[in-house]
Amino acid sequence: MFFRILISGLFAGSLGGLMAGLLQWYFVQPVLLHSELYENGILKHFGEFTNSAQQSLDTLQPIRDGLSLLFSMIIYIGYAFLLISAMTLRLQTSGDRITFHQGIVWGIIGYIAVHLAPAISLPPEVPGVAAAEVQPRQIWWFTTVFLTVIGIWLIAFKPKIKYFFIGSALMIAPHIFGAPEPNVFTGPAPTEIGALFASRALGIGLVSWAILGGLSAFFLHKETVRTAS
Amino acid sequence: MVALLQSFSQSRSQMLSIFLAALLGLLVIYVAGHSQSHILHNAAHDVRHATGFPCH
Repeated sequence: MFFRILISGLFAGSLGGLMAGLLQWYFVQPVLLHSELYENGILKHFGEFTNSAQQSLDTLQPIRDGLSLLFSMIIYIGYAFLLISAMTLRLQTSGDRITFHQGIVWGIIGYIAVHLAPAISLPPEVPGVAAAEVQPRQIWWFTTVFLTVIGIWLIAFKPKIKYFFIGSALMIAPHIFGAPEPNVFTGPAPTEIGALFASRALGIGLVSWAILGGLSAFFLHKETVRTAS
Repeated sequence: MVALLQSFSQSRSQMLSIFLAALLGLLVIYVAGHSQSHILHNAAHDVRHATGFPCH
């Protein structure tokens, strides 16, 4: 069972992570590089400065991009282990297989828990924006993901109406408590770049998680058939 | 009774497998996405931002 999750997770995660990495490189990286021009002081914003919104960017940096692809694959392997563990847990009680298309829905739900929910109060940060200390933000991030996963699970798989309310309360709690915020705003990048970065990161995350979900269900089924025969 | 105990022990071992695989997933996400080690932070910098992790 453990190795079934591991092997299917390695396949699904590395393929899904490769797709995510390529999509990020094409859609997110140019926005990030543009913002770094402001972070490094090459361009200045606010007050009397005006800059062209179109800058020539060095979008092909083999070592940097290669490392990004590698780490995207590693992180998506981690996601795949979590997602396939949840799928396997569900299969323990329902006993049916999860199809590729159902896997896409699982992936989208995973995206809501791991990417969208924390972003509601802690949006994806373009480099150079002001933020609170990193450790409290990480603790808040992990807590929010954990509570959202439990909340979604209760709503999805426990039919009694009380679980709907408990699940909803768990999901909303970290946002009522509030994410750590900076004391002052010092971010040098234009708000247009920050907004585009956040929406691109969330959009690419959605597509990548949908792919990851489909692949996870596909490889989990393949591994289940292979190890059973 | 023996069959019941066997099925109980089998389901316990399956639950443990699921738990350990999920834990490993969390560990991978922590090390690659959240560890503040200088080398890891620099190598994974762009992905951390693009995946919405708190980076620095």
